[in-house]
Amino acid sequence: MPPDTEYSAAEHAHIADVVHLKEMTWLRSVLTSQAFWVTVALFVLVVVMSLTEPSFGTADNAANITRNFAPFGIMAIGMTIVIITGGIDLSVGSVMGLVAIVGGLFLTWEYPWYVAFFMGLVAGMLCGAVNGFFVAYVGMQPFVVTLGMLAIARSLAVVVSQNQMLYKFGPDAPTVKAIGQFRWPLRVASGGWAPEWIPELSVQFWTMIGLGLIVGAVFIFSSWARHLFAIGGNENAARLTGVPVNRIKFQAYVFCSFCASIASILLLGYNGSAINALGTGYELRVIAAAVIGGADLIGGAGTAYGAIIGSALLEVIRNALLMAGIDSNWQGAFVGAIIVLAVLLGMQSGGKSIFAAAWERLKTRK
Amino acid sequence: MQAAIARPFLGREFGAPEQTGYRSRLCLNAGKVDSTESKACSTRRESGVGWGSLPLRFNVQGRWNLSLLEIRNVAKSFGAIRAVNDISLTVEAGEVIGLMGDNGAGKSTLVKLIAGNFPATEGEIVVEGKVCHFHKPVQARAMGIEVVYQDLALADNLRASENVFLGRELKKSIWPFRVLHKQAMIDRAGELFEELKSETRPRDLVKKMSGGQRQAVAIARTRLARAKLVLMDEPTAAISVRQVAQVLELIRRMKARGVAVMLISHRMPDVFAVSDRIVVMRRGGKVADKRTEETTPEEITGLITGAIRAA
Repeated sequence: MPPDTEYSAAEHAHIADVVHLKEMTWLRSVLTSQAFWVTVALFVLVVVMSLTEPSFGTADNAANITRNFAPFGIMAIGMTIVIITGGIDLSVGSVMGLVAIVGGLFLTWEYPWYVAFFMGLVAGMLCGAVNGFFVAYVGMQPFVVTLGMLAIARSLAVVVSQNQMLYKFGPDAPTVKAIGQFRWPLRVASGGWAPEWIPELSVQFWTMIGLGLIVGAVFIFSSWARHLFAIGGNENAARLTGVPVNRIKFQAYVFCSFCASIASILLLGYNGSAINALGTGYELRVIAAAVIGGADLIGGAGTAYGAIIGSALLEVIRNALLMAGIDSNWQGAFVGAIIVLAVLLGMQSGGKSIFAAAWERLKTRK
Repeated sequence: MQAAIARPFLGREFGAPEQTGYRSRLCLNAGKVDSTESKACSTRRESGVGWGSLPLRFNVQGRWNLSLLEIRNVAKSFGAIRAVNDISLTVEAGEVIGLMGDNGAGKSTLVKLIAGNFPATEGEIVVEGKVCHFHKPVQARAMGIEVVYQDLALADNLRASENVFLGRELKKSIWPFRVLHKQAMIDRAGELFEELKSETRPRDLVKKMSGGQRQAVAIARTRLARAKLVLMDEPTAAISVRQVAQVLELIRRMKARGVAVMLISHRMPDVFAVSDRIVVMRRGGKVADKRTEETTPEEITGLITGAIRAA
């Protein structure tokens, strides 16, 4: 191969003239991404609410909001990975319930907290493995398989818990609670160093950030993630080029359940009790968060950042409506409208988001 | 795997799986599987059958030479349907073969047999003296057989360079991880597009590309490895006249580098422009295998339609 054949800037311009296709620059790819527009919307919403509602912009409310959406963010990261393969996981809410009950049972039986957490994780990931096996190796529809798991895991949680709330945890109960209610940084008032205006961020939030950073790095640097996207784009092509399609799909479902298990364990610790109804209906909120963040249900698109920002937007809207004193029955209508609006904003028309396309049309009209 | 391909044929490596039925009582270590061999392929000496049946002949340099690909009495049935029936064919290095036939003649099935999409029901495929039983396309690729599929097998949501390297990404070490070497892949893809004289940029999304650019991406993929045989399924069916000329030029360039090309096409002028030999299939069987200069488009048309029975 000739080593001196380099693509110069001039040549790029030349190619753009020929094929009428602008090179994707960093700025263009940001401006065309749905997650970017959702971030803008979130930012605007936060600014407007902070100005109009004094109780919204407080550090306490920030800590509250971040703690509330973090479990959804964690699950949405896993969901995004499954959605990228072109699948869907409806069972995350039920898996949460089962994990909480399994963890709670082991705590009730006075096992140490790490054994309980580990067994919870194992139970959750087994559910994911069953999902993954039937989707990847048997070739069933993800919707059907995970719908089945939604019913099975919830039912198991009810049976195993004998429909009781578990709260009489053994000697490790204080440790579990300390983990679930861990906050950082602590304010002076709670024995820390941070000044009054810094929110005391929860362990749920930090776990979400850590997981988001790890998954984000995996998306950027690993061939695993590239194969994941290839499967979502064209599964047959991925298979023909030697991508281990079945294995990667299987791993995606296991990881999604792993995320749900982590979220469940953190909530178990925070609540200090385990109920089998934990996570009921969460799957739709998680899917909504992933979709708002730019995950494409057809497959092949999605980011970890989008998953987090999508769940943040949902929670901020919910919180803002409460703060503004709007009847909580209106929440569904707002959230539904936001889902449609976000996807509309991120929709591509001729390589631009609809928003960007409309903006350009306005500019040329002048 | 690469080592196994590059190694010259010594005629000493036994590893024929039992089911091939060629184990010889003369071979002391017959049946002992050479661990360096590919699982899909095995080298064998057919003792008792005689050297004549080995695909050995002198090449131009006067050295022992093996046919790149030899297909022996291959048949493929799908249930009651016999898609390919008793086909034998040899391909030498640097040879361009036009594979022609009407729809349903069995061309695609034959290509998929060679490409490893499924194993043959009967007969065997021998690549450089090694009997191969491909079950997956990756196994065929490991033996130096690359395919440009008719639908190109591209992931639309990925960029050109990502598609070129799909399934065999370049990596670099950033301790303790092995991460994608994106710049190297982009540079190499750029070089390949340059070689193909295609106006394709490595960073562009395949979704937004024209038919010719997509074709270039699919062809660039075959140029990554040292392919010995490239199967092209209708590469000129959906692209502009100028791009057809480019693809044909590319085929000539591959030939010049000793790469064999099997061109499956309906377009008579394209096949006559580049091929050395034309193989015609009809109803699953081979009806003609002629040197291109010894035949005419009229004769080939007759063979395809069945107006001429065989030649």
